[in-house]
Amino acid sequence: MTPSKKMTFSRRAFLKSSALASGGMIIGFNLFNACKSDVKPSIDLSQLNYNDFNAFIKISPEGKVTIFSTNPEIGQNVKTSMPMIIAEELDVAWDDVYVKQAPLDTENFSGQVAGGSQSIRRSWQPLRETGATAKQMLVNAAAAKWGVDASECTVKEGIITNAKGETLGYGDVVSEAASLEVPEEVTLKDVKDFTIIGKGKGNVDIDRIITGKPLFGLDYKVPDMLYAAVLRPPAFGQVLDTYDASVAKSLPGVVDVITIGKKVREYQESGKRNWSMQISSSDKVVVIAKTTWDAFKGKKALKATWKTDSPLESTEKHDEILNGLLDGKKFNTRRKDGNVTKAFANADKIIERVYESPFLPHNTLEPMNFFANVTDEKVDLVGPVQTPEAAQSVVADLLGRDIETVFVDMTRMGGGFGRRLYGDFVYEAAEISDAIRKPIKMVSSREDDMTTGVYRPAIKYKIAASIKDGKLTGYHLKEAAVNSNMYGLIPNFFPAGAIENYQVDTVNYKSNITTGAWRAPYTNFLASAEQSFFDELAEELGVDRVQFHIDLLDNVKKNPDAKIQYSPERLQGVLKMVVEKSNWGKAKEGVYQGLSVYYCHNTHVAEVADITMENGVPNVKRVTCAIDCGIVVNPLGAMNQAKGGVLDGIGHTMYSDFGFSNGVPQSNNFNSYQLIRMGQTPKVDIHFIENDIDPTGLGEPTLPPVGAAVANAIYKATGKRLTKQPYMSNMNIEKKVLG
Amino acid sequence: MPTFNLKINNKTHTVDADMDTPLLWVLRDKIDLVGTKFGCGIGQCGACTVHVDGNAMRSCLLQVSQAEGMDITTIEGLSEDGDHPVQQAWKEVDVPQCGYCQAGQIMTASAFLENNPNPTESEIRNAMHGNICRCAAYNSIEEAVKVASKKITN
Repeated sequence: MTPSKKMTFSRRAFLKSSALASGGMIIGFNLFNACKSDVKPSIDLSQLNYNDFNAFIKISPEGKVTIFSTNPEIGQNVKTSMPMIIAEELDVAWDDVYVKQAPLDTENFSGQVAGGSQSIRRSWQPLRETGATAKQMLVNAAAAKWGVDASECTVKEGIITNAKGETLGYGDVVSEAASLEVPEEVTLKDVKDFTIIGKGKGNVDIDRIITGKPLFGLDYKVPDMLYAAVLRPPAFGQVLDTYDASVAKSLPGVVDVITIGKKVREYQESGKRNWSMQISSSDKVVVIAKTTWDAFKGKKALKATWKTDSPLESTEKHDEILNGLLDGKKFNTRRKDGNVTKAFANADKIIERVYESPFLPHNTLEPMNFFANVTDEKVDLVGPVQTPEAAQSVVADLLGRDIETVFVDMTRMGGGFGRRLYGDFVYEAAEISDAIRKPIKMVSSREDDMTTGVYRPAIKYKIAASIKDGKLTGYHLKEAAVNSNMYGLIPNFFPAGAIENYQVDTVNYKSNITTGAWRAPYTNFLASAEQSFFDELAEELGVDRVQFHIDLLDNVKKNPDAKIQYSPERLQGVLKMVVEKSNWGKAKEGVYQGLSVYYCHNTHVAEVADITMENGVPNVKRVTCAIDCGIVVNPLGAMNQAKGGVLDGIGHTMYSDFGFSNGVPQSNNFNSYQLIRMGQTPKVDIHFIENDIDPTGLGEPTLPPVGAAVANAIYKATGKRLTKQPYMSNMNIEKKVLG
Repeated sequence: MPTFNLKINNKTHTVDADMDTPLLWVLRDKIDLVGTKFGCGIGQCGACTVHVDGNAMRSCLLQVSQAEGMDITTIEGLSEDGDHPVQQAWKEVDVPQCGYCQAGQIMTASAFLENNPNPTESEIRNAMHGNICRCAAYNSIEEAVKVASKKITN
């Protein structure tokens, strides 16, 4: 794909430059509003300050370049990769770039969110244009100084050279550049000329991480800050009845014990809705103390009684309900091609399987925490949150403040995985500080974090296929989920378009357990179910597993459909690559291979798992993964994301389990809840398809396919089809720790 | 509240704390050494690993009253400028994703390599098995321990 040489929108509306009082210039524009046609220009250069910019560059008279990273950093490495895109087009040496986290600025901008693997995809073009525009202005300034035409000048690593060979650094012309008109059109680099994009650049925070400098929300502190530990209901369905804080209050370090919850309840009862508001309506008891430990100890010393205000649910009941829904008729049809009923009626054979997945907590290693300082004038919020904008707006509503007086600063996050999309911990912190009017940090223990979470909901799929004359004629997928169903695009993922008679139906059960997005929502399990089913179908049809997929994808090419989300060519591309790189079909004796191909989050992935059996226990030895995510912006970060997704996927499909009994979560720490550890990890070989297509995300797409790759390999080794996760708990093998 | 004298990173710190306060929270909340991380509080995840008399230990399980007289090193004191071979290996391999567990991983790896500078792959995997990385950067952690081992033995 050729890079655009023209702006995709009016420059003037969105791109601004300004001279800094200290000399130098800043340039930038709103990444995401820039894509909307209805945004009105708002240029008053005299009024500009750095807060007017979302993505932006600051260039000092010394030529040093600061690039502000706007999106929250949860480990997906956008703090490195997004500035790389600007630096590429700006044409500066990466070593001269300093990256700084930008604050939330909702007044002018939107889109400061980490979620859905969309940061890079959505910002690619605007970031390039920002860098290219700044570069053009600097070149124009140098050309004016020399009295030559700008087209005679070339740039390399921040040095502008004219036809005579004279040079000027960016710092030499930055003051003049800041006063120039913003060009209407700029030329973007050809992909082949990239010198930063596509080259591995290390994490910009690496020195701080390896030396233990303060970076994360839990590390943030201000003088006289107090710590708050929150006692929440032990079971979903319960609310606070009575409490006794007399012992807690007598403990050293404990400053106060209060209750919160009223503000949240008022918000909920007012009929206001915000999707990030996944939080119990109960009152909660808060111990405020001088250190975290004092607060934790105080919380342990509280005595509380709870009353039941809605049903106390259990895993057995969820199983019963979801199975009942799958067998029932209350479905919403989400996509329907042809006529599955007819295809099934005419079939020679019908294959039907039910796939089951449990609830899962996110378990970010940094537990939920947030800083709040509520004063009469303003509200300061600091900490790890994937959705700072929602946090700001809900807190303004909760506390009855003007949104302009609520400020959010984002810290680096000790993991997100979807958990920090929900702002319950921010609302608690704000309500606590509002009550005592002191700077506080709410800190959750691991037990709080695991038992009062926002979980991946349990989901079951029933998939049925009809076979007629040795061909696949119909495919009917039914989803029964807790609280919510697959989002709208998913019914148009593979195999939509590949099978003449195709139908996706969904139904859900409303539970009082808080649920939400978990890395690769829905597809994290759907891919396991479907790609296991296709393995079984290929066997049933007696066709080659790879050829079966290629043929199905050929069907899609013959029937163009604008709703189809994936590219059949790109899925075939990754499939062919993984077959080659994994030595598919040529495994050594004792090594069993399983294949899985999947598209989600705009990225195409194929994976092969190699397993061995040791004393009847499967051991994943290697995963080969082929990815088509377009241009790979930062191969180092991309490799980390891709490998992490694969291993995270193996861990949760193989080992992690989470259930409820009478509303009470059945695990509360890492002694009873298993996360994958090094001894259980295979080597992951990542291969990227090389092309010039605009990049798509990598935070999620390698996770969903791996479950089926492993299950299909285990089938080859044992003859047993695994349909229930976590697989290790459902294999009827002796419990044994691998390693 | 009792007073304790703690030798941390070759410096003596005098702190007031309840006897049973874990070293982790003394480091983080009283001495402002926040590089040592809180992950689970029960010794299962390794995020809070420090060196005590040269051995990797979970600072969430070590009470401040037991830590007196011991030689404690945290990530902040592992080297002067982040130039310990393990830190350098972590940088070269670009290990971190979210980065939260990495101080603990580095402290486990550095104590391990001190005792076994040239380990086998299986020894590395066993040594690092106690440290959880929720982002699952395990391939890179394993690689970085190998790189550090080469730096130390060469």
